[in-house]
Amino acid sequence: MTATGTAADLETRVYRPKKRKTKLWLYVPLVMASIFYLIPMYIMLATGFKSFDEVSLRTMWNLPSGLSLDNFKAAWDALSPNVWNSFKFVVPASIISAMLGSLNGFVLAKWKFKGANVIFPLILFGMFIPYQAILIPLVEFIRSINLFGGVWGLMLTHIVYGLPITTLTFRNFYAALPDDLVEASKIDGAGLLGTYRHILLPLSIPAFVVVLIWQFTAAWNDFLFAVVLTSNEGWPVTVALNNLAGSQIIEWNVQMAASFLAAVPTLIIYIFLGRYFLRGMLAGALKG
Amino acid sequence: MSLTETTRTTETRPPRRRFRIRKDKVLAVALISPSIIALLIFVYGFIAWSGRVSVSAWKGLLPDYTWVGLDNYKNLFVDPRFHIDIRNTVMFTVVFVLGCLIIGLALAILLDQGLKGEAFFRSLFLFPMAISFIVTGVVWRWLMNPATGDRTSGLNLIFQSLGLDSLVSSWQATPYWGMAFIAIPAIWQMSGYTMALYLAGLRSISEELKEAARVDGATELQIYRRVMLPQLRPVTLTALIILGHISLKVFDLIIAVAGKQYALDVPAIYMWQTTFDGYFFGRGAAIGILLLLSVGVLVVPYLWYTQRQERGT
Repeated sequence: MTATGTAADLETRVYRPKKRKTKLWLYVPLVMASIFYLIPMYIMLATGFKSFDEVSLRTMWNLPSGLSLDNFKAAWDALSPNVWNSFKFVVPASIISAMLGSLNGFVLAKWKFKGANVIFPLILFGMFIPYQAILIPLVEFIRSINLFGGVWGLMLTHIVYGLPITTLTFRNFYAALPDDLVEASKIDGAGLLGTYRHILLPLSIPAFVVVLIWQFTAAWNDFLFAVVLTSNEGWPVTVALNNLAGSQIIEWNVQMAASFLAAVPTLIIYIFLGRYFLRGMLAGALKG
Repeated sequence: MSLTETTRTTETRPPRRRFRIRKDKVLAVALISPSIIALLIFVYGFIAWSGRVSVSAWKGLLPDYTWVGLDNYKNLFVDPRFHIDIRNTVMFTVVFVLGCLIIGLALAILLDQGLKGEAFFRSLFLFPMAISFIVTGVVWRWLMNPATGDRTSGLNLIFQSLGLDSLVSSWQATPYWGMAFIAIPAIWQMSGYTMALYLAGLRSISEELKEAARVDGATELQIYRRVMLPQLRPVTLTALIILGHISLKVFDLIIAVAGKQYALDVPAIYMWQTTFDGYFFGRGAAIGILLLLSVGVLVVPYLWYTQRQERGT
């Protein structure tokens, strides 16, 4: 027996005998760790809400005296076109690679054919490759199909390199469903597509949520593909933020506010759907 | 008449079903082949193409596939910048992986005690995972600002005002050890994830096993050391593979914290710069292939092992 955890394990509360009383001192390291994780959030928000007059490196740790939006306005003016660029390719890329992953996962889990055992690890390997090893051909290819510079080449790239993780998640999800479901549907005379559409697809909503969240986060946070495949007008928010931080003209307080803006979409997803986000991450660990 | 008809139908039905099944098999292959072809091209085709570029003399904007053998690789092995890159990668990997494993395991054990507010702490430790390395890097660049005197800021400012002057550091600007400090924001981002892996592992250990050890008179500490930790070995292996391959690929975090600095260079940045700023395509491709090989050494045995294990069960 080995300890291979899943998200479900994580969420089960362990039964503890009453006699073991809560040890209060355990909160000391937990609170210290919390401070470590919260420092960057604090500095982004505290700086973001200060007025321009109030901003100074000497007092960077002080709380703002009021809630001024100067910094967020300046950051939004600088970043808004890039935020839209990000949405433009991240949303379709997530949806398309999730749909393809669902079909692949279904076939690999429930419609086994010769060679499926060879193909699956070959697909998985695509998840781990350092993208530097494919970067030159990728740029040449995207150029040759005239998608270089804008967001559509980036979308195509994220769809394809998203396939390994989406296929893995769906395959594991479908493999856990009983084979009888598929057999019964076959006996009823339903074909492959009928079985998928009427039996498995309606059951797949939780897996779709996991995969969509995961793909959205990965594509939104990507920098490497964006920096080599897009030019000024196609820059997504990560590239624009990095350029903003590297420039001498934009003050550090605006950089803090901009960082927060760039993090907002994925943070919102995390706050509301964190439980699914975790499941996606553990699927990425080849456990799910 | 009716008899022959029935025999005919029973005769024809099986072939039709078989045809149906065969048609579905064809359909199944047809459904996944676009994805598989795309991955064959984008992963394996492009790797082969990179491999070809890495043994070419391609320098400059126009492709040049003149065969030069392993020259690009040989040049890298005597390239002082590449030596720094390797040293930096090793230093980053050691600090980052150990930091994540130790902090992750410690937090997981703490959270496994059934304390009130566990869900809150768990979410708090995990949220950095949702943020991009660029955001993390830009913020930590100001937290780890090495400036002194009037320009002192970030964590150094806190240490000063708390009278902890010995903790004031030049962070990533520290000569030789700078790379170890770059691992701090990376640990900030990934240690919560390691915690989640360990916590899930701890929770999957059966309660009977722990109870049996308790009945045998083991203390809680002994239970962790003798019963739980050995059970967590597969989790540690998974975490090692995932963290290890992240650190070999580390790129955007360093760009966001430090920009392109020679002292804080890594292979991924060297590849990017030499290819897209310097047009040394042959050399860039060679770095890419070396990175792939190093990740492959880590990942391929792991994939093989987990696949075999899965088929076995």
